[in-house]
Amino acid sequence: MKSKGRTFKEKAEFFSSFNIFSFFPLFFFTLFIFSSCSLKPAQKGITIAGSTSIQPFADQWAEVFMAKYPGRLINVQGGGSSAGIQAAMTGAAQIGMSSRELKPQEKVLQEFIVAWDGLAIIIHPSNPIEDLSLEEVRKIFAGQIVSWKEVGGPDHNIHVVTREEGSGTRGAFQEMVMGKERITKKSIVQDSNGTVREVVAGNPYAIGYISLGLVEKRVKAIKLDGIEPSLENIMSRRYRLVRPFILVTNGPPTDETHDFIQFILSSEGQELIKRQGLIPANLVMTEAKVGQ
Amino acid sequence: MGNRTTMKGTESKEKLIRLFLLATALSAISILALISVFIFTEGLPIMFRHGFKKFLFSLDWYPTEGHFGLLPMIIGSLMVTVGAMIIGVPLGLAGAIYLTQFSSKKVRMVVKPMIELLAGIPSVVYGFIGVVILVPFVRENFGGPGFSVLTASIILGIMILPTILSISIDSLMALPPAYREGSIALGATEWQTTRMVLLPAARSGIIASIILGMGRAVGETMAVIMIAGNATSLPRTILDPVRTLTSNIALEMGYASGEHRQALFATGVILFIIIMVLNTVANLTSRKMSR
Amino acid sequence: MSLRLSPRKEQAIVRRLLFGLTALSLFILAFIIFFILRHGLPVISWKFLTQNPIETGKEGGIFSTIIGTIVLIILALVIATPLGVGTAIFLTEYTVEGSLTRIIRFGSECLAGIPSIIFGLFGFILFVTKLKFGWSILSGSLTLAFMVLPTIIRTSEEAIKFVPQAYREVSFSLGGTKWQTVSRVVLPSALPGISTGVILSIGRSIGETAAVIFTAGSALRLPTSLFSSTRTMSVHFYILAREGISLSKAYGTAAVLIISILLINVITYYLMNRFLRKYT
Repeated sequence: MKSKGRTFKEKAEFFSSFNIFSFFPLFFFTLFIFSSCSLKPAQKGITIAGSTSIQPFADQWAEVFMAKYPGRLINVQGGGSSAGIQAAMTGAAQIGMSSRELKPQEKVLQEFIVAWDGLAIIIHPSNPIEDLSLEEVRKIFAGQIVSWKEVGGPDHNIHVVTREEGSGTRGAFQEMVMGKERITKKSIVQDSNGTVREVVAGNPYAIGYISLGLVEKRVKAIKLDGIEPSLENIMSRRYRLVRPFILVTNGPPTDETHDFIQFILSSEGQELIKRQGLIPANLVMTEAKVGQ
Repeated sequence: MGNRTTMKGTESKEKLIRLFLLATALSAISILALISVFIFTEGLPIMFRHGFKKFLFSLDWYPTEGHFGLLPMIIGSLMVTVGAMIIGVPLGLAGAIYLTQFSSKKVRMVVKPMIELLAGIPSVVYGFIGVVILVPFVRENFGGPGFSVLTASIILGIMILPTILSISIDSLMALPPAYREGSIALGATEWQTTRMVLLPAARSGIIASIILGMGRAVGETMAVIMIAGNATSLPRTILDPVRTLTSNIALEMGYASGEHRQALFATGVILFIIIMVLNTVANLTSRKMSR
Repeated sequence: MSLRLSPRKEQAIVRRLLFGLTALSLFILAFIIFFILRHGLPVISWKFLTQNPIETGKEGGIFSTIIGTIVLIILALVIATPLGVGTAIFLTEYTVEGSLTRIIRFGSECLAGIPSIIFGLFGFILFVTKLKFGWSILSGSLTLAFMVLPTIIRTSEEAIKFVPQAYREVSFSLGGTKWQTVSRVVLPSALPGISTGVILSIGRSIGETAAVIFTAGSALRLPTSLFSSTRTMSVHFYILAREGISLSKAYGTAAVLIISILLINVITYYLMNRFLRKYT
């Protein structure tokens, strides 16, 4: 795609990968044809990839951005935080989305916190529980409390629903709720916010955690230590489960990526973020930074 | 003279065509080799680094903390596959026997393609049906969260049914008619003939169909991820959630990086080996049949 | 059997049991199709088919996913058909049974048995990351092409074998070369059979999710080049249903999927029967 920008090392890697194929004459031929196609510039616009937690919001940012700047193309991909960061590093995507803090070795990337997101603990609406302490939530997810009865609910086993290992949401939950405790192995594992919500919405005895922006009527977000997960409580830092939504670029943003990131950080973009149920970047930033 | 050169021309052209076709024909095996090379180079190094024992026999899957025990997933795959066999084999075989021995040709010509249609239904649709119908049904009637070994087994059983039915029918139909006629002429009923003559004679084809069905059950991903619950603990009952090798890969691939990602490729290595063993066994048994 | 039933009685019972189980299989099939169509058909409209998804699929239709599916499959077939048919010609016309054909057949059979998630992993590593095609139609099509190759090989081989030997002999006796015979006599006669394999591959590709989602990605926009990512109908359905974005749109998409699969099966069935009747 971008032969100009390839370093020597990349080129060497590129061609050495062909060595394997030379055993397979036809294969070599086919791939050669296709790879030579790949040297032509084919893609206009930019690709954004990463966190599936951010993806549904980013889809809308892109929609609005493209409506405002006709002719600009934004391609939003899922894949997960790590895949997105990886994609930004290798250039497979111009912008990566991460719903977890960058790891030290990933800090070479430029990061932009574009929004904050609350984590809501959700249960089925028919469940009479309204309020749990952080301690109780931790014990439930650690598998130490196994019946709703122990926290004042119906006499039935709790069905714990969690995200998969490596997910940014799980990472944030682990850090903010579980601490050193492990999430029980018996929990049901789903690989996105939406699926966790669907499982909880369909199961009267389930408990899970999802992005606050995605809570809707079919599930109930409970109070944590008596504090409701509302925007006000998050901005005032009374509700504690908050994490950043980060966009990353490899090096300083180019013209195209710059416009998009600036658009999200502009008052118009931040207004949109607020409408989506997220918390604008500037509102929590300093306090939450202190909080970490 | 002129004639001779054209002759030579066509000859070398023919040779060239043959060479080209040979190259084409090697594509399938090359792709297979390529897939193995890539999966193994991505997955094997981490297995060497941590030791195969740890991968195969540890119960702890905490990939972000460096624990890569795949035993729960290996056993999980085994459990849902056995479960799928329990559902799929009787249904498939019964269909094959009924359609070849007890029904008219007309019925068979209509029913066989219809059941084969089950193989065409996308696995995501099976998963979806599982989620909206079977999961709540199991939860309300048997207990547990509904996402379970049982649910996955039922759906997988239905998914492998057409494979078993279709190949078993083919191998029963391939038997010489004399087998059947001879046995009936000796006064045996159709069922006695089937049980004592035809089934043993078609044995290798039927076994091959079952092994291929197993391969499909082991390899199925999307349906299983939707209905099995994906817990990394060993299920104690068939009502507990379970994670298979395939869903382990698909679930965590998105967010995995570094060693975690390599461990998922290692999962792919184990899956690949299981599938290749099943393939080879099926291949050998069905070759035995054709002899 | 220890009940000592008379063989006739035993047969009657077994027969009823087998009939019951066969009927159960048919019932399951009918139920799945009926269930999806009952919920999905009311959603399908001209607008649903021709409008792009809005708000990640909550509103609007599935147009871009239909186009994505079609483009992906056409490209996959363009890659796989020559390879598959070429292999079949080589196996049937250009060589004799031996260890080479055994290896080729074994390779093709093993490839057929490899789970789609492995294809997905492989396509992701090779096409998406190593060759830097990214999540794209190209990566997805190449992966799909590899997946359907065995189907095309097998059906083409069988179709070519069905062409009567006399056809070839006539062509040779008229002075035709091997390639002339193959390309002008054998292939045209085997074409209906070969197309069965191609259509079967379409069926398999339409329903494929695991391999596609890791290689073609899941972008909802209409693809603009071979390097743009796309979302197929089954991936779209998977995301709609799992994420609970819109259940009704999910049913609608599933119904479109099921109808396409039904159509494809009817067409293959028809073609196959016509082909078989011609030569047997």
